[in-house]
Amino acid sequence: MSESTSSAQPIIIARDVNKWYGHFHALRGINMEIMKGEVIVIFGPSGSGKSTFIRTINRLEEHQRGQIIVDGIELTHDTRNIESVRMETGMVFQQFNLFPHLTVLQNITLAPIWVRKWPKKKAEEVGMQLLERVGIPEQAHKFPGQLSGGQQQRTAIARALAMQPKIMLFDEPTSALDPEMIKEVLDVMIGLAKTGGMTMIVVTHEMGFAKAVCDRMFFFDDGLIVESGTPEEIFRNPKEDRTKLFLSQILTH
Amino acid sequence: MAGELTSRSGVLPPPTERYTWLGWVQKNLFSTWYNALLTFFSLGLVYAILKPFTFWLLTQARWEVIEVNIRLLMAGQYPVEQLWRAWLCLHLLAATVGLSWGIWVRSRRWAGIGLLLLPLALAAFPNIGSSLRLHLLAMDGVALIAFGIGRLGGKSLQRTAIGAWVLYFPLVLLIIRGINSGKGPFPIVGTNLWGGLLLTFLLTVVGISFSFPIGVLLALGRRSRLPAIRWTSIIYIEVIRGVPLVTILFMASTMVPLFLPSGIRPDRVLRAMIGITMFSAAYLAENVRGGLQAIPHGQYEAAHALGLSGFQTMTLIILPQALRTVIPVLMGLFIALYKDTSLVVTIGLLDLLGISRSILAQPKFVGYQHEVFLFISLIYWVFSYFMSYISQRLEVALGVGER
Repeated sequence: MSESTSSAQPIIIARDVNKWYGHFHALRGINMEIMKGEVIVIFGPSGSGKSTFIRTINRLEEHQRGQIIVDGIELTHDTRNIESVRMETGMVFQQFNLFPHLTVLQNITLAPIWVRKWPKKKAEEVGMQLLERVGIPEQAHKFPGQLSGGQQQRTAIARALAMQPKIMLFDEPTSALDPEMIKEVLDVMIGLAKTGGMTMIVVTHEMGFAKAVCDRMFFFDDGLIVESGTPEEIFRNPKEDRTKLFLSQILTH
Repeated sequence: MAGELTSRSGVLPPPTERYTWLGWVQKNLFSTWYNALLTFFSLGLVYAILKPFTFWLLTQARWEVIEVNIRLLMAGQYPVEQLWRAWLCLHLLAATVGLSWGIWVRSRRWAGIGLLLLPLALAAFPNIGSSLRLHLLAMDGVALIAFGIGRLGGKSLQRTAIGAWVLYFPLVLLIIRGINSGKGPFPIVGTNLWGGLLLTFLLTVVGISFSFPIGVLLALGRRSRLPAIRWTSIIYIEVIRGVPLVTILFMASTMVPLFLPSGIRPDRVLRAMIGITMFSAAYLAENVRGGLQAIPHGQYEAAHALGLSGFQTMTLIILPQALRTVIPVLMGLFIALYKDTSLVVTIGLLDLLGISRSILAQPKFVGYQHEVFLFISLIYWVFSYFMSYISQRLEVALGVGER
């Protein structure tokens, strides 16, 4: 995983990113550089701005001050820039957000066919390969409503991967799942991280995942990055009191 | 407690209730003394109403008024020598319905047989003339052949069938109106000659096929981020919804000519079609908007995150789901539109209701109201129910409320 960091080529650069919801200052100057192929975990209490930040990276949320550059393209009001950034980034949501009127395979092939303009046959071949990879090829022709939560989230991961993105964003991918289904989704994500090459940003409280595969961790609180470091540094020897307190709260349970 | 334990130890089938015919009667009609009383009272009431009605229907009603005027009721003043064009449309309809039935409905035998029985029942009337009878029987033949093709072809014909439905309505308008003024096979028949059920149908078909896209656009417009589009849509919808259809029809027939240059005078039927379409579109827009609001925001986010454009998000993700949820409401609206076309009587058009009234105004047929109104009520009901049935089948096929 971390071998690819040595190429030292930042794929995501955030400089002094600020965002307000009305008068609420949700992001208060976020600076971050993420190298190609890095696996990043962002964690922190609810309302700390971690989800908001990950959503500014593909412009689902607009930042009002500062600069975000993704794969050399700066996110501005220019819709062409936004569209090309979105083609390079896949996103997995807490609530899956699958398209309920389409089958699992149609969910996966929709964007390759309409955005990448692939022929249907090629898209379906790639879609089936991805379903094999996430372990549910037998569900291809069912509708999302007929699947368990874990299967739905694995479909959502396959859907995001189908666009062959350079970056994958995971916004609390296991928070809406029943405990027995969390593992099957984490296994897919760990597999993806271990294959290497994919830049992953994961907002999660699954510290097992962080210990297993991530390169760096960022602790968010009150719209700020309070602390960052390798998992070893964060778990063994957190510097900030707020980090210690938060870790003690989530690790004792 | 012992029973509870044994039932837990194994998986049991759900309890079923079975009773005999007599048991059913006892449970549902005579379970208590007052239910028995209510049952007898209701039976008496039904008997008291149905007996004189059936007696009138079978012995006193003079159905010759329908038989003599059947052509007027069905097609108004449409020239006799061109009536084959109306039949052509009906045969095409029979073929399309039969094909769709074979592809999608398949096992619904009873409803299909009911549809086939309708022309047969009409053909059984004694004095309708042999050509009419022949056409009715031919319709059933065409429908059966198309049904067979649909059954054999199955899924591979789905696109053909959808295409046939899309093409059907413009084609009908073209066939009925005609192409050239000269001698060719389809000379133009002026709309002033359209009447009866034919006119009712054409008003309905045009109303539905134009108000649907306009209504969807208005619904999207009302949710637009651009103030000019949003406010135009809101004003249009609110103004139209605040005015009765009769008023709109009057305005369409008297005021539209004022706004147009003096040379152009759209004919009365066209003006009625415009009025009905405008009216229906406003209501449709509000219903579709309701469907749009039911779509969770996550659907937009997922579509955007995949790189779909705004237009693609709307047409591929949002509208299919929104329209699916409002199918029952839209069908209700279309049925209402079909029946509301009878209001064109007020601007002097002779649709099914209008032609009935003009028939009844003839001295020969004074006093025949019961028969005529019963007959046209039946016609309105048959087609309304058919639309309602299609709506239910569509809901099942598209899984409304299930996925």
